[in-house]
Amino acid sequence: MVKKLTVISGKGGTGKTTFTSSFVALAENAVIADCDVDAADMHLILQPEISETYDFYGLDVASIDRELCTGCGTCISSCKFAAIGPELVVDTYKCEGCGVCEYICPMDAVSMLAKKAGEYYCSNTRFGPLVHAKLGVGEEASGKLVSDVRHRASELAEQNSKDMILIDGPPGTGCAVIAAITGTDMVLVVTEPTKSGIHDLERVVQVAKHFRIPVAVCINKCDINEQISESINDYCEDNGIPVLGMLPYDDVVIEAMVAGKTVVEYSDGKISEDIRSVWDEIMNVLFRQEKKDLVKLVQ
Amino acid sequence: MKIAIASGKGGTGKTTVAVNFALAIGNVQLFDCDVEEPNCNLFLGLDLEKQEDVSISVPKIDAEKCSLCGKCAEFCRYNAIANLPQRIMLFPKLCHGCGGCQIVCPENAITEELRSIGKIEKGEDSNSGISFFQGTLEIGEPMATPVIRQLQAHIDGTTVAVIDSPPGTACPVIATVGDMDYCVLVTEPTPFGLNDLILAVDVLRQLGVPFGVIINRHGSGDDRVEEYCHKENIPLLMKIPYKREIAVLYSEGIPFVEHMPEWKEKFRKLYHEICSISSENTLQQSCTKVSS
Repeated sequence: MVKKLTVISGKGGTGKTTFTSSFVALAENAVIADCDVDAADMHLILQPEISETYDFYGLDVASIDRELCTGCGTCISSCKFAAIGPELVVDTYKCEGCGVCEYICPMDAVSMLAKKAGEYYCSNTRFGPLVHAKLGVGEEASGKLVSDVRHRASELAEQNSKDMILIDGPPGTGCAVIAAITGTDMVLVVTEPTKSGIHDLERVVQVAKHFRIPVAVCINKCDINEQISESINDYCEDNGIPVLGMLPYDDVVIEAMVAGKTVVEYSDGKISEDIRSVWDEIMNVLFRQEKKDLVKLVQ
Repeated sequence: MKIAIASGKGGTGKTTVAVNFALAIGNVQLFDCDVEEPNCNLFLGLDLEKQEDVSISVPKIDAEKCSLCGKCAEFCRYNAIANLPQRIMLFPKLCHGCGGCQIVCPENAITEELRSIGKIEKGEDSNSGISFFQGTLEIGEPMATPVIRQLQAHIDGTTVAVIDSPPGTACPVIATVGDMDYCVLVTEPTPFGLNDLILAVDVLRQLGVPFGVIINRHGSGDDRVEEYCHKENIPLLMKIPYKREIAVLYSEGIPFVEHMPEWKEKFRKLYHEICSISSENTLQQSCTKVSS
């Protein structure tokens, strides 16, 4: 069975992608999936060579044929998304592609058109295959694109006998996050010891529990506020969530990013050692613990 | 005047800027539109009072009337309705509430019922005169946009509205910044910061919303963000230095203008700069109203 690990953070900027790209460097036999599709950054470090490009179609968009339209306005009053203006122009940002206007138009003047909403790619990197994506500006359906990326990553894992899919997830708790974590074996939450960090951690942990996915936590920049780091530890202990690592702030992280390298490639210092030890813990939990023990973590 | 604080990348300091900016200018409405992870009130510490639920209408099927024809399932583009041999099965979380199933049902077996997906809360800060509104998406709910739309219905238009946006460039961001008068993009001087700034600039240019950039944690990373802004003629509104003191205050949920009063003045200056950049009459009127 291919194991799937998703790294998320709830709050942005905690170091999620920094960690994930180092894990990618440490993983021996993994497919990488960058599911932070509307602000993907991992390619900046992994410098992929794109080998296949796929078009992504999200939801259709309504289009009104002005020749046929009599201006009766039935579509305007039927649209629950207020996507058709008084001049009978469709606001493509507001249109959610439901097709009600097409159905209801007495003149058959509305058609639903497929709209390319982004692309996704299979690439080669120095650490193995990467599936990544680019969502078009302001597009809906980022959850669907995340699912497509994951689906392609699963196919690649099967074809290339990989034993793991490593997923870099998006921030937040909504559709993109849900699509990035459902059906995975474990979610690793990278958090930081700030009031925002702990608040957002608690919310994503609830999301993971809602979908019955085992969670583990890693505290980044733990020395910024040791008291809050302690509170995070307590919270995790009370909720049966393993804390796999506590990493102090280190300037090397930004230096590595500026150099376009993963932290473990760039430095042999303490921070790289810490990341390696978190990775060993993850491997231990994912591959050496029984599934039933993992399930226990959920309850 | 509606000013959004946004960023492509998460964790660059949107909330920090939004809260400190609102506190510095005072007597504004402040909206936390990052409904998946609302954080502004961690810095304000206000008692919040619930205003309303955010609900969307989802179908309710009368099994007596339903003939299992499956037209509803066929129509639904969100896979929220499945036609099984013995019954119609609903997946309410996938429903966008378009009402199409009700329209196509030949048996009139479908009615709508409201399903709550989030809430709107409000708090008043008597010291600064801030009227604060927060939207929260319920755990496990996928759709943030309806919560953002309903939250923004509370913008009263008589004073300045400062809006803390969610990160990214997808639909929740469009719903937030779409009809703003001005947008402040907060970034950090790193390759990730630059990459996501470029994406956000792309969004704002397509939407036609005027914008400028604040570099947070200035002094870390490299100069590429500044070079980019210069090359693209994007106003660089402010640089917030990379200081441990600011990071520690942030970690404790303390707005830094309260400890570093010189920044109050800087944010006020920023506000007046934004007003003068926005040359439209209507905007200037509302600016004068606040400053007088």
